[in-house]
Order: sequence, then C-alpha cells, then structure tokens
Amino acid sequence: MKIKAHQLIESIEFKKLVRDRWTVSFVLLFFLFLNYYGFILIISLKKEWVTNKLGTGNYGLYAGASVILFSWLLTFLYVFWANRYYDQEVEVLKSKLESENK
Amino acid sequence: MGSSLGQPNVISVLFFVLFVILTLGITYWAAKKTKTSNEFYAAGRSITGLQNGLALSGDFMSAASFLGISGMVALKGYDGLIYAVGWLVGWPALMFLLAEPLRNLGKYTFADVLAVRLKQKPIRIVASIGGILVTITYSIAQIVGSGKLINLMFGLPYEFAVLIVGGVMLLYVLFGGMIATTWVQIIKACLLLFGVTLLVILSLAQFGFSLENLFSAVESKFGRSALEPGGFAASPIDSISLGLALMFGLLGLPHILMRFYTVPDAKEARKSVAYATTFIGYFYIIIPIVGFAAAVLIGREQIAGIDKGGNMAAALLAELLGGTPFLGFIAAVAFATILAVVAGLTLAAASTISHDLYFNVFTEGKATEKEEVSVAKKATVIFSIASILIGILFKDQNVAFMVGLAFAIAASGNFPALILSILWKNFSTLGGVFSILIGSISATLFIIFSPTVWVDVFKFDQAIFPLKNPAIVSMSLAFLSAFIFSKLFPDDNAIAKYESEKVRVYLGIGAE
Repeated sequence: MKIKAHQLIESIEFKKLVRDRWTVSFVLLFFLFLNYYGFILIISLKKEWVTNKLGTGNYGLYAGASVILFSWLLTFLYVFWANRYYDQEVEVLKSKLESENK
Repeated sequence: MGSSLGQPNVISVLFFVLFVILTLGITYWAAKKTKTSNEFYAAGRSITGLQNGLALSGDFMSAASFLGISGMVALKGYDGLIYAVGWLVGWPALMFLLAEPLRNLGKYTFADVLAVRLKQKPIRIVASIGGILVTITYSIAQIVGSGKLINLMFGLPYEFAVLIVGGVMLLYVLFGGMIATTWVQIIKACLLLFGVTLLVILSLAQFGFSLENLFSAVESKFGRSALEPGGFAASPIDSISLGLALMFGLLGLPHILMRFYTVPDAKEARKSVAYATTFIGYFYIIIPIVGFAAAVLIGREQIAGIDKGGNMAAALLAELLGGTPFLGFIAAVAFATILAVVAGLTLAAASTISHDLYFNVFTEGKATEKEEVSVAKKATVIFSIASILIGILFKDQNVAFMVGLAFAIAASGNFPALILSILWKNFSTLGGVFSILIGSISATLFIIFSPTVWVDVFKFDQAIFPLKNPAIVSMSLAFLSAFIFSKLFPDDNAIAKYESEKVRVYLGIGAE
C-alpha cells in the first residue's frame, strides 16, 4: 500500500528510523568525546599516567596514535551500520511512498 | 650543515611549474564543462566518494598542518603531537552529525540548509557574514604564510610569491570552477601523501626502521621531557577549548561543507568522509615521525635558526635525506598545497556572495543562471584581488592566530545554527540570526582580547580574556542565544516546515 509523505512521517517505521539514526550518532559521538577529551584531560591532569616507559618510548606516544586510530574506527563503525541497516530501511520506506510525491 | 634552502632551486621551480601546467591543463578541460551554476559550484554533482574524500583531505591538510605540525614536534616534542591528534577528531563528528543531512538539504552553500525552513533573507545575510569572515581570515593566514615560506624556500621576494599564488588560484576558480578546484585538490593530496610517506620511510631508514630507536635517539639528545607532555597542557580548560574549536570548527568551514554538494547523494557523502578520515588520520599519525626525526638528525638550533616557528623542519629533513632534488619536491608540494587550499577558500567565498547574497537576497531568486555564474566570477576576481592586497599589507604581521580565529568563528558562528536547524523543531529565524551573529562576534572579540593577540601582538601586560581559544565560551553563547531567541520569537512557519523537511533529511527525497 502506497502512502503520502505526511503519513509516512507519522509512521512508526519512520520515527524509529529517525530515532535510531540519532541514537547511533550520539552514542558514537559520546565515545569520540570520551576518547579525545579523555586523552586531553589525562595529559593535562594526570600526566604521570602516560609518562611511564613503554619500550624506549612511553604510553603517551602510543596513546596519541591510538586516539587517531580509535576515531577512525568509530567512523567506520558508522559506515558499517549505515550500509547494513540505514540504507536498507530507507529503501523500504521510499518504496512505500507514492511516486508523485516530492 | 650547509643548506641550499632559500636559494633559487632549479628542481623545485621545475616541479612547481610542472604542477601548475598540469593543473592549468585540467582547468582548461574543466572550463569547457563549466557552464551552468550547478557545474560551477558543485562540479555537476559528478564527483565520486573516493575523489571527494581525497579532495576533502586536500582542502584540510594545509601547509600549516604539514610544515607547522612537523616543526612543532621538532621544536617542542610531545606537545606538537597533541596538536596533530586534535586536527583529526572533527572528521568523525562531521560524519555522525552533518555529512548526510547536509547533502540531502543543501544545494551549493551551507546557508541553503538554514534557508530550507527559516526566512531566506535575514538568515542568508548573516550566514554570509559568518561564512565570509571564516574564509577571509583563513585565506589571509594561508597567503601570508605562503609568502614567507616561498621566500624562505626559493628566495623569491614576498610580494612576487603572493602574486603567483593569487594569480594561479584565480585562474583555477574563474575558469574551472568546482571541477578544476576539486582536481587540483586531488592531485595535491596525492602529492602530499606521497611526499610525507617518502620522508617518513627515508627517516626511519636512518633508525633501522624502528620507532624504538628513534625515540631513544630523541631521549638521549633532548632528555625524556621531549617525549612527555609539557606546557601545552598547563591549563585544562584552555586545551578543552582549543579541542572544541578544532573539532567543531571543521563542521562550520564553508569550503569543506560545500564539497558535500559535489557528490550525487548521501551515500557518496558518507563514503567521502570515510575516505577523508582515512587519509587524514594516516597523515597525522605519521607526521610526528618527521618532526622527531628532524629534531634528532638536524638539531633544534639549526631548525629554529632558519625559522623560529620551526616551519622549515620538514624541508631541511628532506634535503638531508634526499638531497636537493627531494628538497625541491617537498618545496613544490608545500607551494602547491597553499595554492590549492586558497583556491578552495576563494570558491567558497565567491559562492556565498553570488548564490546567497546576489541570487537569493538581492534578486530574490529571479536572476538567471547565466547572471548568477557571471556574478560568481566577478566575486572571484574581487575576492582574489582583496586577498592578494591584504596579504601584501600584512607582510610583517604575525598571523598565526588567524587560523585559530577562523576555526573559532566556524565553530561558534556557523556550526550551532546548522546543527540546530537539522535537529531542533522549535528553532526560529531570529534564533538562527542571533546565534550566528553572537557566536561570530563573541569569538572575534574574545580572540582580540585573548593572550594570543592582546599580549603577543599588541604587547599589553595582561589579557582581558584569559583563554587562548574562546570556543568553549563563544560556542556556549551561540547555543544559548539560539535557545533564548527561538523561545522569545517562535517561528510557526519554521516549525511547520520541519516535518516536511524530514523526508528530505532522512530519505534524501527531493534532494538535488
């Protein structure tokens, strides 16, 4: 059954899509904050945590690279979720919509 | 160590001329395809995710991050590395919050997104102010930096260097529009990634391809403190504030945001960010190695002796490891980098002037496509001439704070309004207007009163505003004013349109 745009917006599926989209975004954003601002706060407040030796370097050197690596992983987690779930849901919802609708 | 830095170098000039000929060839090709406004501003929406990812990284990896961060690591050790980390973390945030909605809502500029449901005229006027403030401060910083770099690297006079940068950039944008600008960025990003990778491989070869050996060499030469956080982290609020500006500034940079309109749909926009994050992440992970290697192999005194900001560390290292040819290559890459970034900025400013101000405000959408493109081209010429003149005027000024200013205005002026218009139903036109105005103005004023300008530039004893970067305060002010003015002056029309906008935001239906 085809429905109109304003009906679609009211539908449970669409509301769920919107809610899921922002839940995923904000959960990932929370981890990004934790990751980056955690790093910044540790090096400014608890410096001794990162100055311990690790080989000839120290934890801090690898922590900097890990922050970048972890942020990159979060980005790919989002891509993975969007390809797996979001795009499919969008296709399903689009097919329900009346074609002449803008 | 004897260095040929600062003398006219045949190889670097050759490399640079090659780059300019190649990119002008592309501009010639693009010029034939660039007739409609869609082609001029958005490359006909024909760019793929991978291409756009490379172009985005090209737009973002400026000479400031290539030469500046390697220099900071060379002179200050670990503190430079903290900076490198901060430059990447905006990209995931851009992905989670803006990339897809932006592509689905907008047409050519970020103001399009706000204008979907707020009142066209007032919102476009203030959004243009925010956008142009960011692009002009960012390009002045680039141009002044470039003049000095070229002076140091090639020994060319400052004014002549600025004229070359301005002139070639004008040709790209004027004739090739977004198609040419995108390809210039792609070529530059590849050259830069290749050059830095080669530099890292040659550096690590000196240490038996072991990071451990590199770190122990740094420690034995400069002591453990070079590998540990120092003065940067003295004030946690300051570092958080700088972090906020770096992270959310990216989400308000007009020349970055407009790249999302060059891809066909939201899926490609998502891919672009994924590729960009990969390239940029790789770049910022390896660039500290260049800095540490330069500190050990060349020495801090020598690096600081040539340029006290350390900007020549990468170039000196290239000369040491690969001789004059490699120095020439790295110098040409640095020059190309500045050229490409300034071209992107100019296109963003020209689009704002012609699309937001002329087309949508001045003629209320009645101008023909031909007129709009012609105004965009005139705006390009005016913006370029203005940047060249200001660049020459600012010759001996320290403009390092201008990059911080551009990011602070972008984070406080542009980003809050943009995200609220997508997420908050009750966001009103006046809320948007005041959020942009208060965010941009407070960021600008706080920077002027901050230690970076009030003390370092104006030489007063005490700064009026204590933080080096104001984002934490000015962003809060922007969000707060958006909230207060939206509550005081609600906009029924905007609330009504919010619902219908949703099919476009989430499903991409009706997106151009």
